[in-house]
Amino acid sequence: MAPEAAVKTRFLQGNEAIVEGALAAGCRFYAGYPITPASEIMELMSERQPALGGTFIQMEDEIASMGAVVGASLAGVKAMTATSGPGFSLMQENLGFACLAEVPCVVVDVMRGGMSTGLPTSPGQGDVMQARWGTHGDHPIIVLAVSSVRDSFAITVQAFNLSEKYRVPVIILSDEVVAHTRESVVLPESSEIVVVDRIAPTVPPDWFKAYEDNSRGVPPMAAFGSGYRHHVTGLVHDVRGFPTEQPKEVADFMARQFRKITNGADEIQMTRRILLDDAEVAVIAYGSVARAAHRAILRAREHGLKAGLLQLITLFPFSKKAVDRVLRQCRAVVVPELNIGQISREVKRVNLTAKVAKLNRVDGQGLTPDQIYEELLKL
Amino acid sequence: MPESMVRLRKEYLRHDKKFPHVWCPGCGIGIVLGSLIRAVDKLGLDKDEIVLASGIGCSGRLPVYVDFNTLHTTHGRALTFATGVKLARPELKVITVMGDGDATAIGGNHFIHAARRNLDLTAIIINNQIYGMTGGQFSPTTPYGAKATTASFGHVEHAFNIAELAVTAGAAFVARGTVYHVPQLDRLLEQGIAKTGFSVVEIISNCHVQYGRRNEMGDPVKMMKWMRDSAVAVSSARQKSEKEMQGRFSIGVLADLDKPDYLAEYARIRERAKKEAARREKKQ
Repeated sequence: MAPEAAVKTRFLQGNEAIVEGALAAGCRFYAGYPITPASEIMELMSERQPALGGTFIQMEDEIASMGAVVGASLAGVKAMTATSGPGFSLMQENLGFACLAEVPCVVVDVMRGGMSTGLPTSPGQGDVMQARWGTHGDHPIIVLAVSSVRDSFAITVQAFNLSEKYRVPVIILSDEVVAHTRESVVLPESSEIVVVDRIAPTVPPDWFKAYEDNSRGVPPMAAFGSGYRHHVTGLVHDVRGFPTEQPKEVADFMARQFRKITNGADEIQMTRRILLDDAEVAVIAYGSVARAAHRAILRAREHGLKAGLLQLITLFPFSKKAVDRVLRQCRAVVVPELNIGQISREVKRVNLTAKVAKLNRVDGQGLTPDQIYEELLKL
Repeated sequence: MPESMVRLRKEYLRHDKKFPHVWCPGCGIGIVLGSLIRAVDKLGLDKDEIVLASGIGCSGRLPVYVDFNTLHTTHGRALTFATGVKLARPELKVITVMGDGDATAIGGNHFIHAARRNLDLTAIIINNQIYGMTGGQFSPTTPYGAKATTASFGHVEHAFNIAELAVTAGAAFVARGTVYHVPQLDRLLEQGIAKTGFSVVEIISNCHVQYGRRNEMGDPVKMMKWMRDSAVAVSSARQKSEKEMQGRFSIGVLADLDKPDYLAEYARIRERAKKEAARREKKQ
């Protein structure tokens, strides 16, 4: 055990843990716009960033926040923003730019209930598909889901690392329950945290081609002002970054966008397997619902039902392998969600060897362990 | 070609970029590009230190031709990206170039807030009074009564006065020039770029193809003559009545204020936050 003095137990809410995770990962730029239930993230950022020599700015809307985040990242600083559903909708435009221009950045969406203004203070998981497909056009993106305060810290660090490594925006889906639940956590010392930074070019500036392919499919990234003058555009571009409409160049560009993510799938697709080894039935869940599901499988086991839980941390690229394994092993699974069935559909697309049941709640309330347990009994 | 022009072309244009450019023959944007290059050269700025960001439209294509750090963003959002770049690397000179629709319709909110915030950016707004690239739809600066592809019976809305909007919103430096009055334009851009704080240079330009043809000015010469005859120096414009200024516009410097920019203000915030953090650390 570590000496008592070295262990610092903190009593944090999910939103605060996201800030701590981002700062530990090296985030030194935050731009945002107030929105419930995400505002604590920006409030804390406004206090913490300047003390660390970083920057916080409150922008005029979420469109501007996302633009500023992309700009800061292009200038070489790790950047993030946080919002909830309505603001996330506004961010989609410049999020698409970040995908196309391959600009690392992290966007937190603390999901609330309903469409439009919906249920601002209630939990929901209705933004799963928006996180994957919210911006127009085929695009690569990574979507992670947090289920606890501890996760909110660790997964945020991971989000920055993946974003930097693959030059792709990473979305963190939290929800109102995770965001505002206070839990005591022991945050790791900074020396224990692995931080990944984007790779800078090593060739002389004259040789630099900003979007040249390599074995990883991830070109080194030069910050504005580092001597590597180049062009960044939201138009499809050639290896030098200049707009192109040549079918071969366009096809190569698009192929690389997806290849870089596929190449890293083993590392990107994170799941948590709980009591699955001998499971006959399973729950596949994510976010705050995964915690209710954990309790539900424990209760099922107390009553002699061999139940397990596959918690999805990475929602996209969808963890087909891990889900496939569970579906082949179990006779039935249930996918509880605070939406009308966004991930259950993805589960069904993997294979049809097991029965896949849905359990959905969209009345602004969380799913309880009892509800999930009862569903397990019906399988 | 004069020797100075050869030097500037060699120094500032990208040689690996496919020319010719996208603009129509006689377009005013090329004149703006020339003026911008001369202003940067006169100021002796290092190309590595300049970030040139644009939005979408004909003006959006300007950065790709020049050998700076260049950024072609989304429609109306150039200032938001520029804000991020400047805050992340304050040592860079960040210049944005936008069109009238770009800066004052879809990007209007960003424009007024950037002016209010007074971050050290330069906003060049090329005002040709029309959406050119998309085919001649009316913009926020299309004059009342003018024709556009979405106003075939005459425009019934009234135009924004971009420079005055910028003054009201709090920009530290505001000027208006035209692509006809080029030596003055060179100076205005130079002043705007050199200014610390948010500076706006509105440039009246010609889109004879999409605006002029529908409004009895179907060639660049006619539009140049219109600029020559409609422009009034700021000092004389102030002496004139509203009626006398009808259909005309002022050129020159409209505002040049001495006030602390956002970065100077934020530097104070950093100091306070650091002191506060140190105090808390000590307490613990």
